Amino acid sequence: MTNYSESPYTLGSIDEAVACCAPKPQLKVRALSVSYGDRRVLETVSMDIYRGCITALIGPSGCGKTSLLTSINRLTDMLPSARVEGSVCFEGQEILDTTVDTLRLRRRIGMIFQKPNPFPISIRRNLELPLREHGVRKRSERASRAEQALRDVGLWEEVKERLDSSALSLSGGQQQRLCIARALVLEPEILLMDEPCSALDPISSAVVEELILRLRGRYTIVIVTHNLAQAKRVANYAGFFWMTERVGKLIEFGQCQRLFDTPAHALTQAYVDGVRG
Amino acid sequence: MLMILSKVSSLSRWNIDRTLAPLLRMAGMMCAAVLILIVLFLLREAWPLLGNGGWVNLFSDDGWYPLEGLYGLLPMLAVSLAVMLGAIMLAGPVGLGCALFLQFYAPPGLRKSFRLLLSLLAGMPSVVLGLWGLTVLVPIIALWQPPGPSLLAAIAVLTLMIVPTMALAGAAALSAVPADLVSGAAALGMSAKSRLLYVVIPAARHGILSGVLMSMARALGETMVLLMVSGNVVQYPHGLFDPVRALTANIALEMAYATGTHRAGLFASGLFLTLLVLVLAWLAARSVRYD
Repeated sequence: MTNYSESPYTLGSIDEAVACCAPKPQLKVRALSVSYGDRRVLETVSMDIYRGCITALIGPSGCGKTSLLTSINRLTDMLPSARVEGSVCFEGQEILDTTVDTLRLRRRIGMIFQKPNPFPISIRRNLELPLREHGVRKRSERASRAEQALRDVGLWEEVKERLDSSALSLSGGQQQRLCIARALVLEPEILLMDEPCSALDPISSAVVEELILRLRGRYTIVIVTHNLAQAKRVANYAGFFWMTERVGKLIEFGQCQRLFDTPAHALTQAYVDGVRG
Repeated sequence: MLMILSKVSSLSRWNIDRTLAPLLRMAGMMCAAVLILIVLFLLREAWPLLGNGGWVNLFSDDGWYPLEGLYGLLPMLAVSLAVMLGAIMLAGPVGLGCALFLQFYAPPGLRKSFRLLLSLLAGMPSVVLGLWGLTVLVPIIALWQPPGPSLLAAIAVLTLMIVPTMALAGAAALSAVPADLVSGAAALGMSAKSRLLYVVIPAARHGILSGVLMSMARALGETMVLLMVSGNVVQYPHGLFDPVRALTANIALEMAYATGTHRAGLFASGLFLTLLVLVLAWLAARSVRYD
């Protein structure tokens, strides 16, 4: 017997459909410069970060890619010598404004670091600590959100029996996925990833990379990577940075495939061909 | 040519290893041997009292009256432990506060001088602190609650003595916390207070605990201060203002004239102190290893 109260569509509701239209910029970076003391590391970078897409930042070490990431979540505030100029607009709000509540901003913009940095406490506490910090009072809600985040990163089956053992007892790849879960548990809109696979062995690296691909669409991701093949595999957009006169600059920005296949700039061409850098 | 050079250098290194390694091994073994010899010596000297089940009397005798053959150590052991626990309960939080200030809040200019100050205070001869306690603190307590020399005075002066030890050990533990963890916590939108309370301090807990145990060992072994400010009356402490005598002070007070079993009693006190300190030191080393 057919149940007529059910929706006739088999593809799910329209709201849940994957967007295929032109992506909208979620972050607008304009003329961003970063200096540490007297030393300028990044100069007048302008680019758009598109909602739900993966944007890869590539280029040699020391040309300011990480500084760009830490400007977006205002982690630069932690370094007294860091000075950030220009503008980063996040859904109509100026991030670099001194009146911005950085703690709330960082809840909406999560970050994953190069070296997995789980807190040396239990796996459960690692996930519940940020929730408690952001006012989730109910224990049952914290537990269910922690479980959801662990399922999202594919770690739940591996750790559900030992949630109370130390997070440091996990392998490197598991630790990095725990860190991703710890960021996801706050339901951020944007994830900043600073070479998330570079400290991992090839197999863990592949697992994390697949996870990043799964997150596409649900989260906006900005990833710094030195692995060009990885950038090519995962990213929708790519920005190529290069150092000129000891200052990092954005040389070229565009759709990832276009940037790799038909770079507009000779430096980009040389870098993606592996000639320099 | 290069090959010859490298051969020569590896040869000379080999020679150095041959001569240096036995020397270092000897130095290391000597240190270990001294400790073992001390414990054996204490055991031998205390044996007239400990042997033939006599050690039971150390815990069952009603007080310390060596001339009447009563060698109950418990009242003085209780005082030693009370002073140690009292001092660490006060110095622990204060020392940890100093460490947090030094590591996270002190302006860079002040940090250096503050650290120097703590190091100097840690190296302060205990007799100087005792003298201050005797001439300043004890009269103040006497005005409040006579007679003055008391458990409280001992705890107060010992607290001053171990705060810097606690602070320096705590600061070392805190500075060993990877910066990654702090920025990781910040990136999750945790406030400065939460970062310290829930991430940095838990990450440094083993080092901090080791500092606590080291300070406790120092407090337990301290003699001069207790001799000077605690009053030296053998009794169970019934209150903070009671004059009391600790195990260490007891040895120092009576060693000049003790003979026979009395002398063995003092060595037995020494043996217990040494074993207690060894346990604390062992726990401290263990807690660091867990890092």
